[in-house]
Amino acid sequence: MTNLHIKNGRLVDPAGGIDAVQDLFIAGGKVAAIGSAPQGFTAARTFDATGLVVAPGLVDLSARLREPGYEYKATLESEMQAAVQGGVTTLVCPPDTEPVLDEPGLVEMLKHRARLLNQAHVHPLGALTVGLKGKALTEMAELTEAGCIGFAQAEEPIEDTTVLLRAMQYAKTFGYTVWLRPQDPHIGRGGIAHSGPLASRLGLSGVPVMSETIALHTIFELMRASGARVHLCRISSAAALDLIRAAKKEGLPVTCDVGVHHLHMTDADIGFFDSNARLTPPLRSQRDRDAIRAAVLDGTVDAVCSDHTPVDDDEKLLPFAEASPGATGLELLLALMLKWAAEQGKDGTMSDKALSTALAKITCDPARMAGLAAGTLAPGASADVVLFDPDVRWTVNAAALASQGKHTPFLGYELAGQVKATIVAGHVAFER
Amino acid sequence: MHNPQLNKNGELQHLITIEGLPKAIINHILDTASSFVSISDREVKKVPLMRGKSVFNLFFENSTRTRTTFEIASKRLSADVINLNIAASSTSKGESLLDTIDNLSAMHADMFVVRHAQSGAPYLIAKHLNDTKQNHVHVVNAGDGRHAHPTQGLLDMYTIRHYKKDFTNLRVAIVGDILHSRVARSDIHALTTLGVPEVRAIGPHTLLPGGLEQMGVRVFTNMDEGLKDVDVIIMLRLQNERMSGALLPSAGEYFKSYGLTPERLALASPDAIVMHPGPMNRGVEIDSAVADGAQAVILPQVTFGIAVRMAVMSILAGTHA
Repeated sequence: MTNLHIKNGRLVDPAGGIDAVQDLFIAGGKVAAIGSAPQGFTAARTFDATGLVVAPGLVDLSARLREPGYEYKATLESEMQAAVQGGVTTLVCPPDTEPVLDEPGLVEMLKHRARLLNQAHVHPLGALTVGLKGKALTEMAELTEAGCIGFAQAEEPIEDTTVLLRAMQYAKTFGYTVWLRPQDPHIGRGGIAHSGPLASRLGLSGVPVMSETIALHTIFELMRASGARVHLCRISSAAALDLIRAAKKEGLPVTCDVGVHHLHMTDADIGFFDSNARLTPPLRSQRDRDAIRAAVLDGTVDAVCSDHTPVDDDEKLLPFAEASPGATGLELLLALMLKWAAEQGKDGTMSDKALSTALAKITCDPARMAGLAAGTLAPGASADVVLFDPDVRWTVNAAALASQGKHTPFLGYELAGQVKATIVAGHVAFER
Repeated sequence: MHNPQLNKNGELQHLITIEGLPKAIINHILDTASSFVSISDREVKKVPLMRGKSVFNLFFENSTRTRTTFEIASKRLSADVINLNIAASSTSKGESLLDTIDNLSAMHADMFVVRHAQSGAPYLIAKHLNDTKQNHVHVVNAGDGRHAHPTQGLLDMYTIRHYKKDFTNLRVAIVGDILHSRVARSDIHALTTLGVPEVRAIGPHTLLPGGLEQMGVRVFTNMDEGLKDVDVIIMLRLQNERMSGALLPSAGEYFKSYGLTPERLALASPDAIVMHPGPMNRGVEIDSAVADGAQAVILPQVTFGIAVRMAVMSILAGTHA
């Protein structure tokens, strides 16, 4: 492993409270020093980061890599390339692959394949129940040994509340975190758009906000009964954020994330049935979007994820309701967070504080939620680093994306913030 | 966002929904339709406006009635009509919707009349034709999911205009399963665009979608209150599968609360007209005495429907007088 010297960059490490022009020294795959070189350091390579931001590599709490089982939608190779091209050095992937990640062998295989590619660090979530069917618990201890960092139901809510309670009690026994996207198993099932005036007008079946809030009430009661720690995935509504705020105040061990699309878009972006805007959970009203933006700032939202879900053309070029939900996101996460940060200022200029908050939500905060030693540039930490130019503007189009998923509601948008280099454990994984 | 049903000059390129259509375009269609009404009374019921043009009826969802009216309208315009019942054909063999469209375009289709079970499907087709520079091919939405049924909406407007002359002093009530009805949505957009001051929706909460108020509609759950002094009553068909279950307990109870009986009709304005897009469920949403009564204009609707569809197709083909 080579020694790297990244000089003259604006080093922003929210975990360490650093935002200053500082040099960064990397040795043995780890951060060796900030500021001045350690004794006897000789750089094999020096990056001139003048004008660039040097930040911890991004930690993404929800990225579907589509392996195993959906290689026609994306492969580990394409999506790992997309990750580093987007500055993402650590990612958590949900268990809804084919077969489902409910056996240690599958998890080991995925971890092994990811390691061979030697790009971003991949941390799978194991299935909470066998086949995600909501009936029988998986071997959580075995799965943890194989490399799972938590247990999730992906998009399959557990219908039987007893099973959910048992799963949470069992997870609590070993101190595992349960990752749940709150959705009622019945209300809103089969829905494809936010229940509201737009869905009524377009004649699309709706997913009401109460699908999320009813599930949250249940989860919180089960948390009180079981003491389990829960991470709530991809919250979509203002009402849900109010409930989470209250639960945190009560002292429940709960954290949550939102998908980056929901930070910017509303159901109005469906326009004339644009299937690129078909997402799960659905894009909601402007009031919900504004509440999400505010909750990122006030800390109710702990992390923002890309909700990266590659979908191929054949599954998007369909009538809206038949199109597969999901959008590519790994390569947009950074720029879309920067967009949020810039929009916090009245005149569109990004304050230092806004930049630091934005980066915290995609680096140290999600790392902490997931229990990962990542998302910081503290000396001794894994040298996962992103160098980006916050001012370079680029247009989102299929050709600009490494991901095999080319569909995003942001197609044609001009975004600011371009990754120049991504370093994973001290090796240069991407360079532009 | 560009509305794909209008071309760069704001003219009708496709007819997909009434929502957002300028009043002038709606009136132009209705005026054109009135010039076609008399053709059907002639001995030779044909005009050569679309001679040599090929109209493909693409019905991804079964419908005998709407398909037949489009077929008659096309034939009266002298177009060649090809009926494809796709529900039983290519897509069941795995061909995608857009592959089907490309194949038929290669056969030099001039117009697609599309019925599809999914809301928005005609937009997908229109966008694909626009994106692939096939601007000479036009799409007519013959009903998509719960979204829109614009020719039904237009023929309803033609019928109302025929009997009531002026839209700006009317109360119109739409009764029944608004939630699942593309006809209701198209009627609401047409009525509000044409300046009807009061559009009412009447039904139980289980059949009323949220957000109707934002569409400019007054909502009633009591049939008697909702019918008071209205000039036009548009009854909607209640689908069999919705008559018992979690939406409604039974057809009998529905008729008791929302069936249009002579007694209820008496609450409306004395010269109110009664409309229904068909096919009717007698004894479920409408009493036979009303359906066959003097105030019903249900059969004239069907006749006007041919003329309205002729108008739409000839305007899209750019061949209307």
